[in-house]
Amino acid sequence: MKVFSGRLAPSARAAGRGLFLSVVGLAVSITLFVLAVLSISFILLGVGVFTTPVVLEAVRKHANQRRLWAMTWSDVRIPVPYRPFPKDLRPGVTGQVERTTLMLKDPATWRDLLWLLVDMTAGTVLAVLAAALMIYPVEGLVLAAGLWRVFQDDPYWYGFVPVDSQATGIAALALGVVLFHLGMRASEPLLRSHFLLARTVLAPTRDEQLAQRVERLTETRHEAVDTAAAELRRIERDLHDGAQARLVAMGMNLGTVEALIEKDPAQAKKLLAMARESSAEALTELRDLVRGIHPPVLAERGLGDAVRALALRLPVASEVTVELPGRAEAPVESAAYFAVSEALTNTVKHAEAERVYVDLHHAEGMLRISVTDDGRGGATVGRGSGLSGIERRLGTFDGVLAVSSPAGGPTMVTMEIPCELS
Amino acid sequence: MRVVLAEDLFLLRDGLVRMLEAYDFEIAAAVETGPELTKALAELEPDVAVVDVRLPPSHTDEGLQCALAARRARPGLPVLVLSQHVEQLYARELLADGNGGVGYLLKDRVFDADQFIDAVRRVATGGTAMDPQVISQLLSRRSQDKPIGGLTPREREVMELVAQGRSNAAIASQLVITERAVAKHTSNIFGKLDLPPSDDDNRRVLAVLAYLDRG
Repeated sequence: MKVFSGRLAPSARAAGRGLFLSVVGLAVSITLFVLAVLSISFILLGVGVFTTPVVLEAVRKHANQRRLWAMTWSDVRIPVPYRPFPKDLRPGVTGQVERTTLMLKDPATWRDLLWLLVDMTAGTVLAVLAAALMIYPVEGLVLAAGLWRVFQDDPYWYGFVPVDSQATGIAALALGVVLFHLGMRASEPLLRSHFLLARTVLAPTRDEQLAQRVERLTETRHEAVDTAAAELRRIERDLHDGAQARLVAMGMNLGTVEALIEKDPAQAKKLLAMARESSAEALTELRDLVRGIHPPVLAERGLGDAVRALALRLPVASEVTVELPGRAEAPVESAAYFAVSEALTNTVKHAEAERVYVDLHHAEGMLRISVTDDGRGGATVGRGSGLSGIERRLGTFDGVLAVSSPAGGPTMVTMEIPCELS
Repeated sequence: MRVVLAEDLFLLRDGLVRMLEAYDFEIAAAVETGPELTKALAELEPDVAVVDVRLPPSHTDEGLQCALAARRARPGLPVLVLSQHVEQLYARELLADGNGGVGYLLKDRVFDADQFIDAVRRVATGGTAMDPQVISQLLSRRSQDKPIGGLTPREREVMELVAQGRSNAAIASQLVITERAVAKHTSNIFGKLDLPPSDDDNRRVLAVLAYLDRG
């Protein structure tokens, strides 16, 4: 009985969703398909140019909604294959024409339309089946309970059972029970197969996946180049305004000392002290600069100890666990180090945490880092936040960032970078 | 006093040799790589080693590693480590065996010859010489922690100088108080840090360790 009730809820839910899909999905799919076909054929008349992007946009939304349901209901991932629009799309009529051509050139658009056809036929059948196997038995129950009397003269076909008496009513009930048990087992797989069918039509082809990858690589390369250029500018400025200026001052002081040393030894001594101070300050600035480019401990010991050293300088208590059997390539180490550094800075600045835990380990070709604090939470990856900076930094290495930070805490920032250790 | 010096930059090595000789140290060897340093430390048995953290051939923390290895082979071998940057991580490793006779200073400190020579002598006689930067980092970080938070501002000042490795007399003159007052403060500090009475010099090393271990 426990097994029965344990399975009843998810099966019934799958059946309900199947019913919902077969009604709403069917209606929307048919409407959109008709509109899309009409709109595209009206392009020749001119009107279609204006309606097509709107209709196709609606189709995409409809498809994306199905992708979302596939993910949340049956754990079926359907990637989004649409080509992005260029950023400099012109407004007005020309833009509209451009948009229409771009959308029509995108093979994903045509697959969307094909999917609408599949969805309103085979897709709907699967969804209906998922629902019917659970709902139809109810009718058997009702027939057995007394509805058979209505059909005494003219037998009603319940499945393959002609119902016209109590006995045949019971037979219908028996058939219903069998169907119900079948539904209990089959409704979830049927719903899932509905989404799998959608995936075979909707998922991007290999060519499209490659195109998307190229797109992403171009984007991250641009970002990497921009970041590197900005970094060089910062270094140049720091050197120019800091160490360089101090060395110039020092040279000037020493020159004056040379002139003064016999005439006014006391003044010369003062200037020498100033020169020494300048040299110490220049060193401090250079040291900070070096730490910002490539921290010495990272160069000397690698990521694990560099993060440990970083944690030692934090104003909050910290715990660092490192399980790295080797060293990653220098650029990866550097990106990971600065990502951790940024995450820790965020924690110190915003989280009001008392403890922070950093965990680094490497498994299955993936460097995994988590930074967890017991602070107040509420961190988001948004525009301009430090976390998006980390995301960009990791993006260059195909790394990803995930943040879990409910209001009230705790905050956990997880980073993954594919890399090999040596 | 016989010194082994390891520094890969010729100018700095030469300058250090001149400076140490000017203050009556005997240079047993002035080497420029890690393997040479290891050999010199094993064969020449100097009174103190002055070592740059970063040495060839690896140009990583080879000098520090050689110094640590030599101290494992000969516990208490006095080592003064010089570095372009100071890290608590390294300070912790140097102090970890609790034997004393270690120093860890920024290279800039050689600008002030008297203080630098003082540090070398302190290390050679089994004391410590920690860079003020390491100590100030520690103090700013630990100020919220219980045992350190329990120190009065004056005691904290004294602690800072003790951690750098200064003697009671030096602390007294720097803070312009009597030596007796310093002794009273240090014994209060040792009490608050739970360090039982024993050889006073060693307790100073332990006090620094007590800081480091609260991380």
